[in-house]
Amino acid sequence: MSILIDEKTRIIVQGFTGDKASFHAAEMIAYGTNVVGGVTPGKGGKIHLDRPVFNTVRDAVEQTGAQASLAFVPPPYAADALMEAADAGLELVCIITDGIPSQDMMRVKRYLRRYSKEKRTTIVGPNCAGIISAGKAMLGIMPSNIYMPGNVGIVSRSGTLGYEAAAQMKALGIGVTTSVGIGGDPINGSSFLDHMARFQEDPDTKAVVMIGEIGGPQEAEAAAWIKEHMTKPVVGYVAGMTAPKGRRMGHAGAIISAAGDTAAEKAEIMASYGLFVSPSASELGATVAKALASI
Amino acid sequence: MDIHEYQAKSLLSGFGVAVPPGGVAYSPDQAVYVATELGGAHWAVKAQIHSGGRGKAGGVKLCRTYNDVATAAQAMLGARLVTNQTGPEGKVVHRLYVEKATAFERELYLGFVLDRKIERIRVIASAEGGMEIEEIAHTKPESIMQIEVEPAVGLQPFQARQIAFGLGLNLKQVSQAVTVILGCYRAFRDLDATMVEINPLVVTKDDQVIALDAKMSFDDNALFRRPQVTEMRDPAEEDPREAQAAEHGLNYVGLSGDIGCIINGAGLAMATMDNIKYAGGEPANFLDVGGGASPERVGAAFRLVLSDRNVKCILVNIFAGINRCDWVAEGVVQAAKGLSIPLVVRLAGTNVEEGQKIIRECGLPIVTADSLMEACEKSVRLARGEKVA
Repeated sequence: MSILIDEKTRIIVQGFTGDKASFHAAEMIAYGTNVVGGVTPGKGGKIHLDRPVFNTVRDAVEQTGAQASLAFVPPPYAADALMEAADAGLELVCIITDGIPSQDMMRVKRYLRRYSKEKRTTIVGPNCAGIISAGKAMLGIMPSNIYMPGNVGIVSRSGTLGYEAAAQMKALGIGVTTSVGIGGDPINGSSFLDHMARFQEDPDTKAVVMIGEIGGPQEAEAAAWIKEHMTKPVVGYVAGMTAPKGRRMGHAGAIISAAGDTAAEKAEIMASYGLFVSPSASELGATVAKALASI
Repeated sequence: MDIHEYQAKSLLSGFGVAVPPGGVAYSPDQAVYVATELGGAHWAVKAQIHSGGRGKAGGVKLCRTYNDVATAAQAMLGARLVTNQTGPEGKVVHRLYVEKATAFERELYLGFVLDRKIERIRVIASAEGGMEIEEIAHTKPESIMQIEVEPAVGLQPFQARQIAFGLGLNLKQVSQAVTVILGCYRAFRDLDATMVEINPLVVTKDDQVIALDAKMSFDDNALFRRPQVTEMRDPAEEDPREAQAAEHGLNYVGLSGDIGCIINGAGLAMATMDNIKYAGGEPANFLDVGGGASPERVGAAFRLVLSDRNVKCILVNIFAGINRCDWVAEGVVQAAKGLSIPLVVRLAGTNVEEGQKIIRECGLPIVTADSLMEACEKSVRLARGEKVA
């Protein structure tokens, strides 16, 4: 098993015919992902990468039975694309785009609340590397060969740190069920907690790695939930111990501006809720091994 | 992005927020001229730097004569103002704002923030204005009122009234305060702000409610649609290296250590800095080269890192996803020619073998590392002047 996607999930690409989207869609197909088509307004009826192109997400869903999408849409149009995906009834949208205005994401999340919980689209991202269920399907831009199929879940704000964890785990012979990048923006489509709950339900996931960074309340919220509800061991890591206060560290959301925003505070909270805290990014793999050995 | 007080006031007054009359000055002569144009008998000369706490640091002077205005302006312009927010190095004052002084009876606090926890705009108000909100929260927490704004409909007049009555204002003042609160909210929403702070919001003897100070910050991701905000950017307030980095699509933050970092991905960049510290060293900077690190971009990153004279060793750490290691390696080899300090390169991810081959065969004294820890340990030793195999 895995979470969010597997080899059967019917996937479309929004912004399908763009250069970057085409490149990554081809990689996804090569990995075995079930890409059934794509959407580019104005290019409906064409064939791209041997798959049909549609003008609207609704058309794509009606004609291909698509369940999930990867959105490669520039920042000014991203919120619109997300709401279109929600309106068309997709279960999952993963949005890679970096640079979406915060108030746009605020409106998108408000829009999603129009739908009952069962019918509500899950958004992963923005500003993320995507989702991969090792050996099954890839909905993102990651180097797929570093993910060995196995039984540890990864959820990370940073793309490259997620890669670092997967590579260190692979070197130790530890594989991955699913790796989810929730993105580096201040307002994410879905949080650490959302995916932690999915990993708790997934019978094949034996342990989870949560890779956070400075800024925002998400790590602490997830840690508190883990203490109450999670029966599987969780490894925690927070990047940004050396980050100065009040400075944005690359990611729009990586800034120390409120109480609880620092890496030290978050790591301390994680430890106090019983997580296995990795003391450095170079020990992520070793800490996962320790967590697995505790089962 | 941050703007100056006078810029925030000009934006807010466009949304109906009452502000004292004033004008910008770049010299003592201009300051006196602005004062004569404003008329009246009392003026405030205010240093314009991107920082709060200016009053306590001597950046605001109340003047009673034109001579006072000239003297205050002379003293402030070109001087370094050190506030509790600027750090010990302070900020040089290049502009002044000369304002007609306002006599007031009460000082209130009014703030708007994009709250990440509730993913909504939060309005914060207190009857105890004039001190920083952190201080109010510490000393008079019971005076703080908070309202969350429902994004679908926006801030409603009844919510603004709740705040205004909660501040203990009389009927005349309430209607003015409601205009200010709704005006600030509209400015926040329509200009993609991330923070609006009026501290103090003052109440005068004749029941006027006026923004005596104003601070605004904006969402960098939304600047593409806010040209009227973008044109308020003041390059003098920015670190020249950071401005140069932004031109090349790089994210750079200068720090005080001696190991220059060139990394892809913000998370890995922070983690590498932390790991350098963990290995006993000090990072000189945060630098994210981003996806699609072309040789030009890598070259620009090297120049930027080397412009910091403290740098004794450079660490390149690339985990390629969108990037390709061979492409990055070519850029590194080009940039490393003629380099006079040690260079450690760690490559992983897409096309790693090709990338490592380029580094191995380039004939330059580049130290390679396979893991993050190895790369950090080698950099720390090289920065100390030790030899590394």
